[in-house]
Amino acid sequence: MAMTDGYSTGIRSWLTTVDHKRIAIMYFVVGFVFLLIAGVEGQLIRLQLATPERSFLDPDLYNQLFTMHGTTMVFFAGMPLVVAFFNFVVPLQIGARDVAFPRLNAFSFWVFLFGGLFLYASVPLRVMPDGGWFAYMPLTNPEYSPGPGIDFYVLALLISGVGSIAGGLNFLVTILNMRAPGMTFMRMPLFTWMALIVSALILLAFPPFTVGLIFMLFDRRFGTHFFDAAAGADPVLWQHLFWVFGHPEVYILILPAFGIVSDVIPTFSRKILFGYPVVVFSGVLIAFLGFGVWVHHMFSVGLGPVVNAVFGGATMLIAIPTGIKIFNWIATMWGGRLRFRTAMLFAVGLVATFTIGGLSGVMHSSPPADLQQTDTYFVVAHFHYVLIGGTVFGLFCGFYYWFPKATGRMLHEGLGKAHFWLSFIALNVTFFPMHFSGLLGMPRRTYTYAEGLGLDVFNLISTVGAFIFTLSFVPLVWNLWRTWRRGEAAGHNPWDASTLEWTMASPPPHYNFAEIPAVDRRDPLWHPYIEPESRAEGDEPGGAVPRRQPDEPPAPVVMPNPSYWPLVLAVGMLLMTIGGLGSLGLTLFGLLVTAVGLFAWAFEPAFGEEAH
Amino acid sequence: MEGPTSTGIPNRKLAMWAFIGSECMLFGTLIATYMIYRGRNLVPPYPHDLLNIPFITITTFVLLMSSLMMVLALAAVQKNDLRATKLWLGLTALFGLIFLGGQYYEFSHFVHEGLPLSRNLFSSTFFVLTGTHGAHVAGGVIWLSTLLVRTVQGQLDARHAETVEIAGLYWHFVDVVWIILFTLIYLLV
Amino acid sequence: MLFLGVLVSQGCGGEYPQSTLHPSSDSATLIDQLFDQIFWWAVGVFVVVEGILIYVFVRFRERPGDARPKQVHGHLLLEVGWTLAPALILVAIAIPSIRAIFIIDRSTPDPEALVVEVIGKQWWWEFRYPELGIVTANEAHVPVGRTVDLRLRSADVMHSFWIPRLAGKRDLVPGIENQLWFRPDSVGVYHGQCAEFCGTAHALMGMRVIVDEPDDFERWARANAAPASTPAAAEARAGQGVFMANACVSCHAVRGTPAAGQFGPDLTHFGSRLTIASGVLENTPANLARWLDSTQHVKPGNPMPEVELSDAQIRQLVAYLGSLR
Repeated sequence: MAMTDGYSTGIRSWLTTVDHKRIAIMYFVVGFVFLLIAGVEGQLIRLQLATPERSFLDPDLYNQLFTMHGTTMVFFAGMPLVVAFFNFVVPLQIGARDVAFPRLNAFSFWVFLFGGLFLYASVPLRVMPDGGWFAYMPLTNPEYSPGPGIDFYVLALLISGVGSIAGGLNFLVTILNMRAPGMTFMRMPLFTWMALIVSALILLAFPPFTVGLIFMLFDRRFGTHFFDAAAGADPVLWQHLFWVFGHPEVYILILPAFGIVSDVIPTFSRKILFGYPVVVFSGVLIAFLGFGVWVHHMFSVGLGPVVNAVFGGATMLIAIPTGIKIFNWIATMWGGRLRFRTAMLFAVGLVATFTIGGLSGVMHSSPPADLQQTDTYFVVAHFHYVLIGGTVFGLFCGFYYWFPKATGRMLHEGLGKAHFWLSFIALNVTFFPMHFSGLLGMPRRTYTYAEGLGLDVFNLISTVGAFIFTLSFVPLVWNLWRTWRRGEAAGHNPWDASTLEWTMASPPPHYNFAEIPAVDRRDPLWHPYIEPESRAEGDEPGGAVPRRQPDEPPAPVVMPNPSYWPLVLAVGMLLMTIGGLGSLGLTLFGLLVTAVGLFAWAFEPAFGEEAH
Repeated sequence: MEGPTSTGIPNRKLAMWAFIGSECMLFGTLIATYMIYRGRNLVPPYPHDLLNIPFITITTFVLLMSSLMMVLALAAVQKNDLRATKLWLGLTALFGLIFLGGQYYEFSHFVHEGLPLSRNLFSSTFFVLTGTHGAHVAGGVIWLSTLLVRTVQGQLDARHAETVEIAGLYWHFVDVVWIILFTLIYLLV
Repeated sequence: MLFLGVLVSQGCGGEYPQSTLHPSSDSATLIDQLFDQIFWWAVGVFVVVEGILIYVFVRFRERPGDARPKQVHGHLLLEVGWTLAPALILVAIAIPSIRAIFIIDRSTPDPEALVVEVIGKQWWWEFRYPELGIVTANEAHVPVGRTVDLRLRSADVMHSFWIPRLAGKRDLVPGIENQLWFRPDSVGVYHGQCAEFCGTAHALMGMRVIVDEPDDFERWARANAAPASTPAAAEARAGQGVFMANACVSCHAVRGTPAAGQFGPDLTHFGSRLTIASGVLENTPANLARWLDSTQHVKPGNPMPEVELSDAQIRQLVAYLGSLR
């Protein structure tokens, strides 16, 4: 699995790397580890709830576990795994040699990593945050949450948020500016399209959350009154700030999965995507509407019938572009030649299970119905269908799809299918019964439930499902191990796919493209198969061709230099973050390190001489 | 350093525009919070007890003038007039510093008059909003100073006009934000 | 799975005392009917989508020797169709939803409504009947057939008032008074609990609403408006002494005695309640003794300290509290 082509090796080369493919691998590995950790936390939660009135976990530990589970899954597993795919796939799909700002890219990774490590430093110190991933004020103010637990939450999300915003900026500019000649917007692969949309979402959604976190930090550490009802403030403001971010965050997690599936389904149907422009614009529409629906997380707050009706209506609207995507995927498969390789199984698994999550979502878009469903296990069922059936299945789909490209080795199909079927069964066994436990009156975030409420059977089934989930990781890990030892070589284009990343060797060379290709159509690698009469207007035969005239010498390849400074800058920010727990001196020292890193970064040449 | 881009806009400039978009959300949230909480303060002192509009009008004028200096600096560097570039960059940074000095005076005066950060809802929203803006001005002053130093060292000339332009984009944005803050906090008190 | 769901909705409310699917008030029934409507739309869409999917999987699976299929860019009419069809379904859902929210989210139009103030505290409920002069905790009695108009406030953090069979949730927000109303349509004991995460003992912040016949309610109201009676039995009198001599009085009020603490639940008519510790234990002498002996074990994290009491003192306290009917 070693990528030696043009690469230096050794620990130092990884600490200083600015290569998008290496950063992708680091994001993936770290994100996957956090996924496993948060998965174990979820498993412990299910163990506690297996039967009524169990005392396997005490309430405080339980509250810490569900807080860590949610926070980790969203910020330290979901986001980095999404960004791992951005990093690996986007430059390859648009015909670029790297992202627009390679050092900024490395910096994003390091602050994300430090944010995650900082959050988990609370575990050995036994001060995990316990306010939920939503951390509602005033429960999280020092009066009700003394001790540093919530500070770990606030500071970890502040520092990793800086990395997220930097990443959003980077990919926005990369996709807008670094496309190969001829790669117009309407020729971009769907995954790149969704990465563009999500980058914009990150840029616009994170600042309100950052501000909310700063308010919370100041309320906790400096005695301000942003959420203090006694001072005239409204604690509900925190909920607004959180959900103005929190709802787009859901789309930050789901749209990349939609993008992956929109690339995978055509490949394994041997058919181009049905209604490409409609799929693109429905993604844009979902993102746009996503900023206007946050109050549907707050229907029970009592904001009045007008507010609730408006936000309920806006929420329902989102079902339309989402439905369009599902129907377009089905239409892509219709009349195709479906090859059910593992990646395809996860893709259609997403279509099948996301539909369930989407439909339960419509159920609580209706404000009156939501008044019964909100904060119950019905909602837990809903968003796990969306986030596992959608995001996680989408990410696994992408994992099986691009693994051969990233490593040059093929994964074992039988083990892959075992992984799919186990996780598909586990998802449904764990979370389908939660619809019932919710409707029968089981609130969320409760460490126990009474006997005699009729909830016992459903909870027990859910716990069994969680065990199957844990089991589903066995074939995955085994598969990785097996492929590490003896995986068949992948070749350039093992799936007969249509986009630019499949034109190069697997794994791709350091510089990606020996020559930047010129693109004159969508799905350039399939141009021989697309009949002339069905071609979009203006397409000429060709596909992806080198721009160079045959007798012209190749243009020199200029690659970004490796650099220590992104790491130094991130360390400086980590020191400031740790100082935020109560040491002004450390904060100032961190500020100094940050400043040094910033200046050194600014004066260091970003790009080197010719690499080959 | 980089080849032609798909949009024709240089990467760094596009990134600055995108960053400004993100910053709009940041200040938008801070400003919205201030406006929502306006008039809800329950504990004295209140805004009209303390806000010194004539004084802030002067520092606001200074900050506005710094934007003019910034425009002149960019024009100078584009013409490769390095002497003028140094002058205008220096004045931009200096005016920014004067503004910050005014803010420092205002903050310490408020604290002295019994309005520390943790006093009430007004102090919380006021200090965090204007403080965040002040931090942006301070960052801008440091940035402009490095450009000035590089010009003095002879490392910055017309070939780097884009760098000055990007710093200018940021600086103008920060000034525009202040115009909004000045209007909402001081003029509408 | 769907079958299971139907099974559940057919079951009787007694087996599911906290179910949203077994409404017993006008408000909860309105929501349940709306839910049913949306549910069947969703089932319809589910069957259609998954049906087509399964058909596609079987019909278009690649077979050996298959040629590359015809490439299709799109189909305007189809795409307009599957934009409009969901839109129409959503309109069909939106209209009754908005109608219902404008009924539920407004104050009750009923001038005869019984006003009950609800104050959420970590981790119990205080109920006050301003018109009747009653202060009680964790259990509210209301008469059947009369609208109950709840005024919801919080003493500390966010809570959410939820009696699934009687109404949807309404949050208790510090600094704000929220409203919630419903008209119960049958007599019974209705289970509920806090639905907004509020800290350590959030899971054990339960409550009961007891819907009585109007006569029974009148009797309950008269009894509960009165101060506590002096206990007759010797053991209970001794218990009163223990109560007044210990930390109990600093937090609990027993009207008609010197005990006037405001921090914990009012215990004036504790003996008439069904449960202890906001729905955690049934109110029996044995459970009460257990609660007094080890509050932190029964309800971890709750603010009631474990006061050092001898077994005899606990027996006397149990007798005293039981006598407060």
